This record gives sequence, C-alpha cells and structure tokens, in this order.
Amino acid sequence: MISRHHLETLTEPVIEWTIRLCGISAIIFVFGIFFFVFREGVDFLFHKLDLVEFFTSPKWYPTSVSHKRYGVLALMAGTASVTILAMVIAVPFGLGAAIFVSEFCSPKLKETFKIVIELLAAIPSVVWGFIGLTIMNELIIDLFNAPIGLTVLNGGIILALMSVPIIVSIGEDALKAVPDSYREAAEALGATRWQVVYKVLLPAAKNGLLAAVLLGVARAIGETMAVLMATGHAVRIPHGVLDSVRTLTATIAAELGEAPVHSDHYQVLFLIGVLLFSITFVVNLTADLIVKGIRQK
Amino acid sequence: MARQQDANIVNSNPHLPGPDTGSFQNPASRNAILFTETPLARRKRLAENMAKGLFLLMTLLIVIPLILIVFYLFYKASPVLSLDFLLTNPARGMRAGGIWAAFLGTIYLVLISLLVSAPIGVLAAVYLNEYARDNWLTRIINLAVVNLAGVPSIVHALFGVGAFVLFARMGRSILAASLTLAIMTLPVIIAATKEALGAVPMAFREACWNVGATRWQTIRRIVLPNSISGILTGIILQVSRAAGETAPIMFTGAVFYKAISEGDIFAYGLFDQCMALSMHLFTISTQVPNVPEAIPYGTAVVLLGTVLLVNLLAIALRVYLRSRKKW
Repeated sequence: MISRHHLETLTEPVIEWTIRLCGISAIIFVFGIFFFVFREGVDFLFHKLDLVEFFTSPKWYPTSVSHKRYGVLALMAGTASVTILAMVIAVPFGLGAAIFVSEFCSPKLKETFKIVIELLAAIPSVVWGFIGLTIMNELIIDLFNAPIGLTVLNGGIILALMSVPIIVSIGEDALKAVPDSYREAAEALGATRWQVVYKVLLPAAKNGLLAAVLLGVARAIGETMAVLMATGHAVRIPHGVLDSVRTLTATIAAELGEAPVHSDHYQVLFLIGVLLFSITFVVNLTADLIVKGIRQK
Repeated sequence: MARQQDANIVNSNPHLPGPDTGSFQNPASRNAILFTETPLARRKRLAENMAKGLFLLMTLLIVIPLILIVFYLFYKASPVLSLDFLLTNPARGMRAGGIWAAFLGTIYLVLISLLVSAPIGVLAAVYLNEYARDNWLTRIINLAVVNLAGVPSIVHALFGVGAFVLFARMGRSILAASLTLAIMTLPVIIAATKEALGAVPMAFREACWNVGATRWQTIRRIVLPNSISGILTGIILQVSRAAGETAPIMFTGAVFYKAISEGDIFAYGLFDQCMALSMHLFTISTQVPNVPEAIPYGTAVVLLGTVLLVNLLAIALRVYLRSRKKW
C-alpha cells in the first residue's frame, strides 16, 4: 500500500500538468491555425501584394501568363450574395421553427423535431453539394427555364438548409433562457401564447436570437464543399439570383491543388484563408459576447 | 441533459398547463358556454391559430424536404446498393465497381483522428470543468473552443497543409489528414464531455474528497465513470463529423484514386495517401465524366447512411441514459 501511495503522489502532478496542457490546447490550436496559415502567405503580403487592388478589383486571373491579377472583390461578392440569400431564407424559417419547437409543441413532438433537426445538422457538406449538383440543379432548370441550375439561388437554398439547424438549436436555447416567470406573468394577464411570444419572449430573447443568426451567418460564410459544387464556378459579381458565382472558400478548394507550392498564386490562396479566418473570428466573437451579455443579466 | 430536466420541471408545474391540455391554448372556447365570444377574444383566437399554423408550416417545410431528399437518394442509388458495392474497388476509371478503397480510407481517417482528439478533448473538458477557476484564462479557453468550432473547414485544410504536410514534413499522408481532422473535431468532444461532467452532482465529488481522495483520484474513480456515457456520445458525434468532412482532407492526404487489395483491412499505412468516401463522392460527381448515374448516388447514400446511423446511435444512447439516470 505504501509503495502505491508513493506512486500516486508521484504521478498525480504529471497527470495534472497533462490535463492543464490539454486545457490550453484549444488556445494553442487557434493561434496555431492563424500562425501557420498566415506564415504561408506572409511573404507575398508584405512584398508584392497591392492591398487596394486585392480588395477593390473584381479581376481574379491567378493563372494568366501575362496579366496576373489578384482581386477578390468578385469572390467576396460571391460569398456575400450566397450568404445573404441563405439568411433571407434561413432566418425566418429557423426562428419560426425555434419558436414552434420551444413554445407551441407538445413534449413528444418536440423531441421528434429536435432529433430530425439534429440529423439535418449531421448531413455532410459534400452530400449537400451533391444534392445541389443533381436534384436542385434539375429543379431550378425546370422551374425557371434557366440555362444552368448551379447558381446563387441553388447555393443559397443549400446553405439555408445547412444553417437552419444551428439557428433553430441556438434560438431555442435563447427562448428557453427567458425566465418562466415572464411567461407566467403574461399568461396571468390573459395573453394567448402568440401574444406571449410576440410581446414578451421576442423582446426578452432578442440578443440570443441575434447570436443564433450570427452563428448561422458564420456557418454560411465558411461552408466550402456545398458551395463549391452548387454555385457553378463563375468568378463575377452576380446581378441576380440566377447567376453563377464563386465564393472565397470555393476558390481555395478549387485552386489550391493546382497552384505550385510557394508560388504567388499559392500564397494569395493562403491570404484568402487569413481573410476568411478573420471574418469568421469576428462574427463568432460577436455572437459569443452577445450570449455572454445575456448570462450576466 | 440539464436542459431536459428544466423542461420537465416546467411541464410538471401545476400552475402552468402544458401545451397539450388545450384549456390554456384556447380559453375562449371554454368560456363560450357561459359567455358569447367578444370580438377581441375572437381576434385573439384567430391570431393565435394563425401564428401556430404558420410556425408549424415553417417547421414542416424544414423537415419534410429532408425526408423526401433522403428517400430520393435511396431510390436513385438502389441499382448499385449491395454488399459487393462496398467491398470492391472502383474500376474502369471509377465508372464501374464499388467503393472499397474509399470506405476503408474513411475508416482509417476517422479512427486515427479519434485516437488523437478523444484524449485531448476529454482532458481539456476535465480541465475546464474540474480544475479551471472562473478567471481570464478560463474565459479565453472557452472563447478559443467556440472559435475553433467556427473556423471554416477550408481554413483547417490550409492549416493542415502549412503545419503538418509542409512544416512537420509528413507529406500528404493519412497521418497529416487525420491530425487535421482531429483538431477540427476537437470542439465536438470538448462540448459533449463538458456537458457530461457538468451533470455529475457536486455532492459525489465532495463525498469523495471527504474520504481523503485527491482531485485526480476523484476524477478517475467517481467523475469519469459517472459521465462515461455522455463522453461516448461526444465521441460518436466526432466520428460522424470526421467521416463527412471533405475540405480538410482534400489537400492533406486524400487522393482521387488509389488501388488497394480488396478485403485486406490493413491495406493502408500511416504515411500512405488514401481515398475517402466524401472525397470520392466529390470526385465522381464533378471531375469524372460519364459515370453511371447510380454510382455517385450509391456513394452518397453510403456516406449519408453511415453518418445518420452513427448519429442515431448517439441519440439512442442519450435517450437510454436519460431513462436510467439515478440522480
């Protein structure tokens, strides 16, 4: 027994330090991601890149022999158009479903819906992309008489379906976080359930619902495979929902394989990665601060 | 799990009728026996029903297309779905044959990433739940976990290329791809484990400390055994997430085509490149012309089926646990 006791007093500090190290691993990884992605593009950023052109030119000709141009405006417009369309669809539906599941549903139905929505969230993005490429493509060609179905509309609908589960689950958490005394007070005054939702819950939970929407936006901006397959690979600023576009994420996925290691093109792709990392970082941080704000109240 | 308990408490509160009792939803109808409905009550009732109908419609519009799509995929894939499809290699430029090499590759990637992310993720959650005080470091760690979950998958791919393939000189290999996947799926395990550890009552720990156990002894003998099933749920979800990802493995280890011997489960080495189901689906549906229609559908169904089954397993485990929880 004594030797075992000694062994445990010896191993305990080792184990505790291992646990501490694992605890801070998330910080290490986030910094690691930024560091290693930035490192691959940093040379080009400081020596060759014209930042004004990078952000304001829609000309993306990375493989042209004589006129190489690295402007990401068209790619950002692609990301923005698909994300905005996705949110126009996903926000009302997601919040509507969150309200229904949280306030109007019997407990049994609620469990069923939550399971289905969890399964919806589990569908891999490449399967969504495949659905966009086949089913949605044909539907859009038939319905709109369009020459090609791989468009902003296609990508927007697919991304909407992908971000809805996040909006529903975070939105439902936000509604659940409203104290029951609020509901009881409103009900005691004779309010119907819809009046409780509209006059009491929505104002009380608006920060949490905003955070839900922001996390949906972050998901939509960062999504890669689905938009790569569903939006049709045309680098241009779209004029309508039936135009093909290409997003920031899809550009990296499509071109990284062909860009020679450490070439200018390769480094610019890593800089787009830094840009994406920064955008999603800010969006996630904002959402997190909003949620924290609620908890402190 | 704690959330569910809250919901139960709400519903068992006698002062607050549940949504299925009817008396609350429609107060006007009960009163109608004694009083005639006033215009205001009528408007209220109509608005209530309209709102409820609208929200139900919205929920159904999310749920029903999903079910239709899944059935349609199965229908289109039915000509090729068989055990042979799973166990033979792709043939004739991926225009015939099965998906064995891709299926085995996915299993390798998932298992190796799990070996890395499960211990780190569980210990990170142990730190956050059992050791960390409420200070700035803990807040930054939590923030880092949230952000790690939010980093786009293609940025994880760039990180994998920069850190593992180039910097650590692993080259494009199963190891590099698995490590990339491991870091990407770490937040899933941390979140699930934290929830499981948080559900263990504080009294259990206090009782253990009182008989002289150290912090780690308490964790190993009391906290972990009591939360093992919740941790398992997190691990299962990690598997489903890792199996479905495409972007992080595209440039770190997965290849378009690689022939391996059929039926040999040790066909890949740690530093080999491999095929993967998700990557294979992407390749045959976008890069290879004239693939018979059923093959990509079949691949999609195998991938989707695997992921959904694994998730259902996690859900079933959770429901089972909730039913037999002792405290």
